[in-house]
Amino acid sequence: MDSKVYTVSELNAFIKELFDATPPFAQIAVRGELSNYKIYPSGHHYFTIKDSESSLKCVMFKSSAVKLRFRPESGMSVTAFGRLSVYPRDGAYQLYCSGLMPEGTGDLQIAFEQLKRKLSEEGLFDPTHKKPLPRYPKKIAIITSSAGAAVHDMIRILSHRWPMTKVVLLPVRVQGVEAPPEIVGAIRYANRYRVADLIITGRGGGSIEDLWAFNDERVARAIYASDLPVISAVGHEPDVTISDYVADARASTPSNAAEIAVPDMTEEREALYSCGIRASQAMDRRLKQLRTELEQFRSRRVLQDASAYLDDRRIELDHLRDKLISAMENELARKKHNQVALAASLDAMSPLRVLTRGYTMATNESGEIVWRTADLTPGDRLRLRLSDGSAAVTVDSIDGESI
Amino acid sequence: MDINNLSYEQAASRLGEIVAHLEKGNLPLSESLGLFEEGTALMKHCTELLDKAEQKVVMLKKGADGTPEELPFEVES
Repeated sequence: MDSKVYTVSELNAFIKELFDATPPFAQIAVRGELSNYKIYPSGHHYFTIKDSESSLKCVMFKSSAVKLRFRPESGMSVTAFGRLSVYPRDGAYQLYCSGLMPEGTGDLQIAFEQLKRKLSEEGLFDPTHKKPLPRYPKKIAIITSSAGAAVHDMIRILSHRWPMTKVVLLPVRVQGVEAPPEIVGAIRYANRYRVADLIITGRGGGSIEDLWAFNDERVARAIYASDLPVISAVGHEPDVTISDYVADARASTPSNAAEIAVPDMTEEREALYSCGIRASQAMDRRLKQLRTELEQFRSRRVLQDASAYLDDRRIELDHLRDKLISAMENELARKKHNQVALAASLDAMSPLRVLTRGYTMATNESGEIVWRTADLTPGDRLRLRLSDGSAAVTVDSIDGESI
Repeated sequence: MDINNLSYEQAASRLGEIVAHLEKGNLPLSESLGLFEEGTALMKHCTELLDKAEQKVVMLKKGADGTPEELPFEVES
């Protein structure tokens, strides 16, 4: 006999260690009848599960209890999931319950809940592992049946929203025992040969048995391991599968996956149009500001004595600016009524169009616009912008140096 | 860099930068004009890409050496 004498605390702690080191206890499911069901003001639930011979104490903390989709009551037959451990204060073992399912829940549903818990604890649903989807995917790999309606729904919507994306179909079976290995194989193949920059996998609606391949652990792990982002698109709106939890994005239906995968061309055109308007308005403001500066400059006393030559140049420059601004204002006013010929009209709006009316613009070697003779010295190289190109010129002499 | 070789994504992102620059409003006129011209060309390029885009759909088959082979896939209209 062991001569060691334990304190009660030591012994209870020892037993708790034994429980916690027993792997099946970490995730266990037990079936029985609820009795003595009590909800405490703290939000924790305390109850017993029993059958005709035995009973088991259970506690369900508030964090798990709030996720229950039914109201448990004494007398109900249930399956409880959780961790079996010891409460050292009482020396009693109990089930730390993380979920309850009422009787009548099928075996598949129970298997689903068990797998969901297992993978969740392993971190497969962790939001930090989820990869962002490319904004403008160049190629999308669709892993589904080539026969169903789902593939055609997806292709139709992709082509309507964003025809720039190439669609690469990897046909697989989506139900039956061969389905999970085929889906897994296609996900790995798509990654290995980088056949796309985004994967959509799924199928159309069906019974829980029909959708079962997407509750398969191998499929879940392949989605998790994929370097390419994956959108899961299984069944109809209320169907949720393990694939949905592990994928980088969950779509409620295959059509919805196509909507999530690509931008909408109409919205994209509107965004381009608004970029054009903003650019024009910014140019407009800038030109107005420059004209104001020019007017202040001209009103100065000293400049009123300037030579006729310089006046001419200034007037010319001023006209150029007026025309630039009025051309832009006209175009902007017109564009408010006509949003159709976007690119063409923006081209016409370019301030450079004014050059076609016989004006030229001179820039120095740093590309700055030359305004005044004071900025010039003989021998300077300038570039003259004309309506159809430009010319390099050299300054021979400068008039109007008197100011 | 030739704008016509840019992907939609590259062109759209450059266009966004240009608009942001222009809206700051503190650039010399010649630089503003240059950016405005570039923005106009980028927009034209993006619009053209959208206009001429035509969806391609292929079915992949594993070739004899394992590499993917593209087969036509009949799309329902």
